[in-house]
Amino acid sequence: MRHAVRVPRGSLAAGTASVLAAVIATLFLLLLPAPASATPTPTPSAGAAGGTGETLQGRLVNEGEPLEGVTVTVTTADGDEVGEAESDEEGAFVVPLPEAGDYTITLDEDTLPEGVAIREGRSAEVTLPVAVGQQRNVLFPLGEGTRNVQGRLDRLPTLAVEGLQFGLIVALAAVGLSLIYGTTGLTNFAHGELITLGALLAYWIYGNGRLPFLLAGLLAVVAAGVLGGAQDRLLWRPLRKRGTGLIAMLVVTIGLALFLRYFFLYLFGGSSQPFRAYESQSPIGLGPVDITPRALTSMLIAVVVLLAVAYALLRTRIGKATRAVADNPALASSSGIDVERVIQVVWISGAALAGLAGILLGLAQQVSFQLGFQILLLVFAAVTLGGLGTAFGALVGSLVVGIFTQVSTLFIPSELKNAGALAILILILLVRPQGILGRAERVG
Amino acid sequence: MDWGLIITNALRAMVGIDTVVFALAAIGLNVHFGYTGLLNFGQSAFLAVAGYGLAITVAEFGLPTLLGVVIGLLSAVVLALLLGAPTLRLRADYLAIVTIAAAEIVRLLYRSVSLSEYTGGSDGLGRFSEGFYSINPFSDGRYGIGRVSFDERVTWALTVGWSLVLLSCVLVFLLMRSPWGRVLKAIREDEDAVRSLGKNVYSYKLQSLVLGGVLGCLAGFVYAWGRAAVQPDFFGTETTFFAYTIVILGGAARVLGPVIGAMIFWTLLSLTDNVLTQAKSAGYISDAILTNFEIGQVRFMLVGIGLMLLMIFRPQGLFGDRRELALDAR
Amino acid sequence: MPADQHATSAEVGETTAGGAATADRASLTPAKDRALKALAGVEPVPGAPKPDPILVADGVTRRFGGLTAVEVAHIEVQRGSITALIGPNGAGKSTFFNLLTGFDRPDDGTWSFNGQSLAGVPSHKVARRGMVRTFQLTKALSRMTVMQNMLLGATGQKGEGFLSAIFPPLWRSQEKANTERAEELLARFKLDKKRDDFAGTMSGGQRKLLEMARALMVGPEMVMLDEPMAGVNPALTQSLLGHVKALREDGMTVLFVEHDMDMVRDISDWVIVMAQGKVIAEGPPHDIMANEAVIDAYLGGHHDAPLTEAEEQAQIAAGEAELRREDHT
Repeated sequence: MRHAVRVPRGSLAAGTASVLAAVIATLFLLLLPAPASATPTPTPSAGAAGGTGETLQGRLVNEGEPLEGVTVTVTTADGDEVGEAESDEEGAFVVPLPEAGDYTITLDEDTLPEGVAIREGRSAEVTLPVAVGQQRNVLFPLGEGTRNVQGRLDRLPTLAVEGLQFGLIVALAAVGLSLIYGTTGLTNFAHGELITLGALLAYWIYGNGRLPFLLAGLLAVVAAGVLGGAQDRLLWRPLRKRGTGLIAMLVVTIGLALFLRYFFLYLFGGSSQPFRAYESQSPIGLGPVDITPRALTSMLIAVVVLLAVAYALLRTRIGKATRAVADNPALASSSGIDVERVIQVVWISGAALAGLAGILLGLAQQVSFQLGFQILLLVFAAVTLGGLGTAFGALVGSLVVGIFTQVSTLFIPSELKNAGALAILILILLVRPQGILGRAERVG
Repeated sequence: MDWGLIITNALRAMVGIDTVVFALAAIGLNVHFGYTGLLNFGQSAFLAVAGYGLAITVAEFGLPTLLGVVIGLLSAVVLALLLGAPTLRLRADYLAIVTIAAAEIVRLLYRSVSLSEYTGGSDGLGRFSEGFYSINPFSDGRYGIGRVSFDERVTWALTVGWSLVLLSCVLVFLLMRSPWGRVLKAIREDEDAVRSLGKNVYSYKLQSLVLGGVLGCLAGFVYAWGRAAVQPDFFGTETTFFAYTIVILGGAARVLGPVIGAMIFWTLLSLTDNVLTQAKSAGYISDAILTNFEIGQVRFMLVGIGLMLLMIFRPQGLFGDRRELALDAR
Repeated sequence: MPADQHATSAEVGETTAGGAATADRASLTPAKDRALKALAGVEPVPGAPKPDPILVADGVTRRFGGLTAVEVAHIEVQRGSITALIGPNGAGKSTFFNLLTGFDRPDDGTWSFNGQSLAGVPSHKVARRGMVRTFQLTKALSRMTVMQNMLLGATGQKGEGFLSAIFPPLWRSQEKANTERAEELLARFKLDKKRDDFAGTMSGGQRKLLEMARALMVGPEMVMLDEPMAGVNPALTQSLLGHVKALREDGMTVLFVEHDMDMVRDISDWVIVMAQGKVIAEGPPHDIMANEAVIDAYLGGHHDAPLTEAEEQAQIAAGEAELRREDHT
């Protein structure tokens, strides 16, 4: 039995969204610094070109220091080796190519000096087309290496802050996932695509500077929320009405995720794209921590939005109603809460939050069609760690996951940091199956 | 448009290596999901440990193929125990999350640079299948009917693969009509009821996980031999999701469901790929709408949509009986 | 509920349950006689010792967060008797049941069955030792046939081992014997015509019958029935009552949770009353009906009429939500 709605009708969803939007707008205005100038491209050393003149060349520099004796290998798209070169005392290397075409150039990380590595999130392998006669420059972003044994403790604060930033982004996505799970029981494997959607929308609306980034971001968050609400209305609500089982719905989310991911690929293409204006910024030093202005802004936005969500959950009528529904839908319904309405608000705000997470993630890394998919498992790990279905648990879980992934790179190769976070998830579930903040399950 | 080629390719796909690999993976998954109701989202990990167990043993340590197979099988058993022991006492969604996480860990480990000495990193491993092909009884030539034919290597791999499919189906058939299978199905329905009747539910779930994992690991062997290589990114979550689609397509908790599902699945994918390619080369579809590169993406979109529609409108599978709907209807 | 309103309800169960029903006409069957005699000298106070207890529980406590759901200091259940466990909603009856049968773990306490401790014994082993339970919300295995449901109850099946399952000759004869036994039970419960139907197609009452019949397949010494009458249509109630009585005739001990006072009075030899997690009274049914504390507990708490399943659900939900809220604070 559904009774009259005690939650004020009005446009709750729109209200929530506009509050979020206002908060974000203010923050962007206050905090986002002017776009940093692009880093200068390394000067190519004049090298002997190959037969028709095509080369891949570059200069390896770490914090102004040229790196000597580093090996790079060039292969064709089919994997045949074309040539190899070692950087000279100025850090320069040149690999002559037989003809124009697509080539993959790989930097042998083992030949890098101690303490230097390819920068976080970048690859030692770059594939790029070379035009006829082109002497193409290759940039390997180098930085302090993960194999740096000496500076471990020095790097801890920076890594912890990076982890915090990542954790906050994960939290934005995780809170929505957790609330949707809590109110509808849906394990949503398509939540990653909501994250991607936010980033893609922002990218398209922003259009490399057509609109101010802040406005683009805002519009994208609102649009993501609207689309999330539409998804619930058009897909999940009818399925709930039909009494479709939770496991069946879970499988439907997998199908939806697969479809959307490749639909995004079709629309966006397979490459990663930065938000141009904020593509490269030099870190500023805050005490022991090096941080880029965009990262700082991201964190502040995330913190404020999460606080707003927490406030909404604890203090507003709709928030209390949401928690009541998550606790016990039957009871909430019988005590006069319009459960469907709560679910709709949860979907709209969950999707808007996921969209914001996508934008911030796209800002931190780059925008790609599988941006959300790549962090989905970590979001799930966060939600599970915190205790399935508890919004605050998801928050705690996210911070644990975020900080763990970054700090763990002190001890394990950074390519395995996600594996490490997932392993921790499994280990914690062994000890505390109900998650960090979850309550023990009752059996029978 | 060359319809002859399209049909030929579709028929080849129907019995091809991909069909065998996914039929085996899905037979295992059917034991988990269809019969026992276990949400294993890490089936790809069982394929991976088997494929890599074989490849590393043979290619990196120069040991015999048979030992590689034994190590692959043992790895699958160990993986099942590792995944199941902590999670099978918990609610169903925990197994889902832990298995998908474990599968991703396995894939990341196999593709990591730090272990590439043994695993070949993101390129994977080759040069381990000579032992398998050295006992190929087929002499050089093509085998098959008309244009639907395969060379002697593929024929050998297919012969072994389909034999494994047959054996697996017989095994599942025997088990599922035994009292043992009855307990599994009862667990799928309501595990508390089964407990109250004195059955050790945990032990049965673990047995189911091991059995399905071992069947899935056969898929890993066939994949490895069929391509004469293992490559880490094949073992991603999408492989598991394909297997789910196949199980549901053919009808969960039916012995031949996964096999029929795999045949339909790969035939349909081949048809769409080939029809689109031909339509493009015939000029029916312009590059503005679809480039050749994007044809591959259409397949995934179709699988996604197909999985959703199936689950919503025919959860019992194409040939299933609604009465014995093997999926959770609550 | 006043006791005199249903004076005639003692004559129930005549039309059902074969031999048991016939014996019932004499109103005092040998088994009932034995149980009543054994309980005659028992003092009607909470925790009273019984001459031959099959089940003894001591200090069994279960807390959810800050709320103590069950805190049973001492109870004993007389072998061969039908004992009712009653109490208002939220009294902790079902939780206590779950604890005794290994479906939940207590924070504290010991209990023994046939002199062997059951503390920490997992639920399936409890069943194997001869204490089998049913559930408040029937757990018929919907997408299996009635016969498959029944066969699942048989113990010591060779075919339930993984390796022997592959070789039918190893288990075929045992399966045949089990099938025959199941058929007898189904006939007794008048379910033989449903043999090959999916359990999910049956009515609520039929499912209760199936669940009871299935429990008997285990060959229990003691049967624990969690609200056997909940959601059963009145026409089947009498039949069910007869079957419960028949269990006693077959030498089994029955402990059941019930809301329906008529049923309690009608078939139980002894009644244990719980309120707010504690045992507040014990005694023969007629004394209990007149007991002030019991009436207070009932009237002061909730109504005692049988609830519909929906009401039941809502109340359980309410209770659980309350526990959860407790948990968070």
